[in-house]
Amino acid sequence: MKKLLTEFLRGIIKENPTFVLLLGLCPTLAVSVSVTNGIGMGIAATFVLLGSNIIISLIKNVIPEKIRIPCYIVVIATFVTVAELSMKAYSPALNRALGIYVPLIVVNCIVLGRAEAYAAKNTVVNSFFDGLGMGVGFTLALILISGIREFFGTGKILGYTLIKGFEPASVIGMPSGALLVIGLLLGLFNLLKEGRE
Amino acid sequence: MKSKLIVSVSPHLHKNESVKKIMWMVVLSLLPTGLAGVFIFGPQSLWVILLSVISALATEAGLQFLTKRKITISDGSAFLTGLLLAYNLPAHVPFWIPVIGSAFSIAIGKQVFGGLGQNIFNPALVGRVFLMASWPKYITTFTRPMIYDAVTQATPLALLKETKILEYVSYWDLFLGKRGGCIGEVCILALLLGAIFLFARGYISWHIPFSYIITVGLLAFVFGPNGLFTGDWFFHILSGGLVLGAFFMATDYVTSPLTRRGQIIFGVGCGLITAVIRLWGGYPEGVSYAILMMNAATPIIDRYTKNRIYGTK
Repeated sequence: MKKLLTEFLRGIIKENPTFVLLLGLCPTLAVSVSVTNGIGMGIAATFVLLGSNIIISLIKNVIPEKIRIPCYIVVIATFVTVAELSMKAYSPALNRALGIYVPLIVVNCIVLGRAEAYAAKNTVVNSFFDGLGMGVGFTLALILISGIREFFGTGKILGYTLIKGFEPASVIGMPSGALLVIGLLLGLFNLLKEGRE
Repeated sequence: MKSKLIVSVSPHLHKNESVKKIMWMVVLSLLPTGLAGVFIFGPQSLWVILLSVISALATEAGLQFLTKRKITISDGSAFLTGLLLAYNLPAHVPFWIPVIGSAFSIAIGKQVFGGLGQNIFNPALVGRVFLMASWPKYITTFTRPMIYDAVTQATPLALLKETKILEYVSYWDLFLGKRGGCIGEVCILALLLGAIFLFARGYISWHIPFSYIITVGLLAFVFGPNGLFTGDWFFHILSGGLVLGAFFMATDYVTSPLTRRGQIIFGVGCGLITAVIRLWGGYPEGVSYAILMMNAATPIIDRYTKNRIYGTK
């Protein structure tokens, strides 16, 4: 039980996909304009991670070594299609906001990375907790980045104005602002890590 | 025991110059421009300059204190960054604009890279472009000169972009600074005084500023509004922030190429980008973007313009 908890927690802090492994940065840069988008993207990616990790760890013994990556992609693409169609059906606004980045989860390096590095070598239960931890870690990172960007870029959080008279710096909401915020957060986390070691 | 003998490569010349002295000399050379700016736009611009400089010094000292490094605000580089940023702002901005701009210049433009000598981009221009992208309405609202009560007026270049006729502004007005613009860019006379001082002391060479200004003038002349070779090149040289940028910002030691050949490439590149933005781009002025883009190209220019070592092929 304790091992499963460490599997789960590892993805959130020690091996956070965004801030430590630096995986999946393209969707992070693109969708972190608002917290709603961040949460939506995080949940979709978590769903795909869970599904692909479970299925791949189940069928890992029948996948031929040489064509394992195409096999992983087929599994991942299945779950991405499920996620995309559900999103289109139940929250079309979010789907429009995320746009091309939902189908692009297929090539998200976190999903493929966990399939190759973890699910293909571990049991189903362990893979489930690994996928959950990575997904939650990714979602939390997205919420943090998009929260900072939404607040400084538009002066709002989840669409609500927090401080009256605050003049937002629109550059933070632009693509250059995404690189700036992620860079500063990375520096901050590295500083904290150095201090702890 | 650590040896106290310092072994360094030749030439073993000693000169009575230091980074600190050069920085303060550049500040001194910018003094007439500041006086002219305050005279033209009123005491409000003095506040912008003071706030910008104080914020730059405070940010530098604060960050160096927090990261437990030696506090080097006395070397004048932070002072110069704050001063140059203020010269790149209109006189009637809210008080927090120079404060945030300077803090950003020093923190993101300079200290993040490791401090003086390590920065890729000119810190003052980083601050200006950040302010420009964040709060464009404040940075592009210019006030009328010599009136002192915040009547707004577009810059000559902005008027030109909107294809209005430039009747009210003469070359003399442009040269002396009687026009809308930023605090430190309007008075060409004061800028030239400072530049001559820097030339006389040998702190800057002619390569970057002259190749920069000539390129802009040439392109403006060739691609004139009424067909080829009809452009008003003199107007383009005198207006906007070209003189301030060419003499005081593009020549920044840290962010410009080392060799003479490289400096000419750098200047021509700045001129090309500035002219392209001015003549065909969306913005009326492109000096700050041009210099920042060429700053990014500086390491490559340095790599390809290395001087031949004497005695080798």
